[in-house]
Amino acid sequence: MIMTDQQPITPDPWQSLSQFTAARIALGRAGISLPTRACLDFQLAHALARDAVNIPLDFTELAERLAANGISSLSVQSQAENQRLYLQRPDLGRLLNPASQQCLTAHALLDFDAVVVVADGLSSTAIAHHAEPFLKLLLPELQARNYQLPPVCLAKYGRVAIGDAVAESFAARLCIVLIGERPGLSSPDSMGIYFTYQAKSGISTDADRNCISNIHANGLSYAQALYKLLFLIDTAEQLKLSGVNLKDETSTASEEIQGLK
Amino acid sequence: MYKTHLANQSYDFKTLRNLMAKASPARSGDYLAGVAAVNNLERVAAQWLLADVPLKQFLTEALVPYESDEVTRLIIDSHDTQAFAPISHLTVGDFRNWLLSDQADTATLNAIAAGLTPEMVAAVSKIMRIQDLILVAKKCRVITRFRGTIGLANRLSTRLQPNHPTDNPAGIAASILDGLLYGCGDAVIGINPATDNLEATTRLLHLLNDVIERYQIPTQACVLAHVTTTMKAIEQGAPVDLVFQSIAGTQKANDSFGINLAMLQEAHEMALALKRGTVGNNCMYFETGQGSALSANAHEGMDQQTCEARAYAVAREFKPLLVNTVVGFIGPEYLYDGKQIIRAGLEDHFCGKLLGLPMGCDVCYTNHAEADQDDMDMLLTQFTVAGGTFIMGVPGADDVMLNYQSTSFHDALYVRQVLGLRPAPEFEQWLQQHQLFDGDNRLIRKDVPALFGSVGLLPTK
Repeated sequence: MIMTDQQPITPDPWQSLSQFTAARIALGRAGISLPTRACLDFQLAHALARDAVNIPLDFTELAERLAANGISSLSVQSQAENQRLYLQRPDLGRLLNPASQQCLTAHALLDFDAVVVVADGLSSTAIAHHAEPFLKLLLPELQARNYQLPPVCLAKYGRVAIGDAVAESFAARLCIVLIGERPGLSSPDSMGIYFTYQAKSGISTDADRNCISNIHANGLSYAQALYKLLFLIDTAEQLKLSGVNLKDETSTASEEIQGLK
Repeated sequence: MYKTHLANQSYDFKTLRNLMAKASPARSGDYLAGVAAVNNLERVAAQWLLADVPLKQFLTEALVPYESDEVTRLIIDSHDTQAFAPISHLTVGDFRNWLLSDQADTATLNAIAAGLTPEMVAAVSKIMRIQDLILVAKKCRVITRFRGTIGLANRLSTRLQPNHPTDNPAGIAASILDGLLYGCGDAVIGINPATDNLEATTRLLHLLNDVIERYQIPTQACVLAHVTTTMKAIEQGAPVDLVFQSIAGTQKANDSFGINLAMLQEAHEMALALKRGTVGNNCMYFETGQGSALSANAHEGMDQQTCEARAYAVAREFKPLLVNTVVGFIGPEYLYDGKQIIRAGLEDHFCGKLLGLPMGCDVCYTNHAEADQDDMDMLLTQFTVAGGTFIMGVPGADDVMLNYQSTSFHDALYVRQVLGLRPAPEFEQWLQQHQLFDGDNRLIRKDVPALFGSVGLLPTK
């Protein structure tokens, strides 16, 4: 935006405090209102967040990118038939639609140890940006533990609990869900990971899960997230549970490996 | 009992709870709960029937059984028959007419407040348009006091909300200074802590206390931690002005919040005993929001607006300084878009005010709701026209900790200018004394006032 020299704006002489917070302070004012620049900054951030929610994830493109890295995948969909229904009916987003259920049943020829589910959730941008690079780090670690894994399941209109249905279909002990988190103005592409031991559709609740949140360029790095997830997996295997009784004790250690980002 | 025949259709709603839910204006949370009307005709049929229900019926037909729900017991046991007497002969439809009439002036509305139950006011709100909700709420006057006087005529107060994603003291202090210099913070300076534990809460309580004491600000502080955390902080001698808690309209939902009435009572008594108020002793701050009961799967078959009104019975018991409906925070599965958020905010304000509460509104939305800044401007303007008690002030309307959009310091100045609304008188005097506002309540400061010295003097730990 081109600014003219003569602006009827009263600036705030405490911009230096912005070093302490990402909050929108010291914006100045036009009259008593937001100056044009600050107003448009906000609209830009909101547009990115809204688009992250509303622009559908290109699942075909994601599957092709994964295939190019030797990662096979299956596409499934929840019982939400469209975006509007998906946003208003979280219950439908937790269940597989009949065609997807049949597809998984056809693939479930043996017992698996773990399933990895990638759901669009509330931010397609989060998954478009972070799912493929993270899976490239995660899958070798799971294979190194000699886990039997079915193809990665890509779930359209999925909520966290859709992973429970997938894990059950494959009789898998460990359920790992990568999902797009509700976008904030400052983090439209934040990915979360939910981990559940012995997931049961309709029975597992938030209290049975562990969550690793805030994975994006200015948040948790892939290396930090992976470190936390592997700690949870290995500890869950010992304790035979996940959720509130499985504490993430990696905070100090993960800070030490920040350099890996 | 609730049967009618309308436009060649027969309806039989069986219970008052069902009738209320079917009569409720459309919103996504009631569809999610499976209690909403299936079409417009069914909704209007329910509204016609609801208009004919005598107000007295609400005292005998509990929506959640008296035996199993302490909120119902509170509502019934605390009902003031004498206050109810002047309107006890009315139906819901008559009650609407009476509320809109000149008979229902400010003094009369104050006098009947204790005779109203949440279900009565929820019922009448369901057959009122937005202009009705505004007109009647505007006639109500609820005044509360701690270090300032909140709720006087032609005043609008603001909560300064300086949240930070890691509770960084310097980051919080920066947002507080920004807000104060924009004239915000007379309702409360209230922080949502990123971590709800005793140590973090105590640290933030001291930070707020230091700011208020150092600059002699006639306002009150609050750290919005769980009530049990705040009680522990009081026991350890931390400076607690207001005790905060989120509350809901059923016992089961309150259970899911880890609270009950006895616990709130104990917290209230502990806060009163501190005697930290200077002009009054309203020392509780409650937050509510439509959909909270359903999200805890504890709505007991009620629609979300009725659940919300019942939460106000809980609030009323403890004479709060502030009650805040956080209307758009919960997401589109409860309030889908700007239209639903706007109506819900005005319903909550109307119901709370009729019941005698100092109602504020967090005019807000999340990024997955079908809403934007224009919708917030509409609710903000309508809420303040309706005489809303207070709104939030968040730097640039962007809460970087809770990841949602609320109202900004600039927004508060906008409605004050357009509607000629002043801050609480004690705070207004402070603003004028330090040349932030002029005598006409206009923001005049250009530089940081001498009071604050250089901004480097701000407390950073």
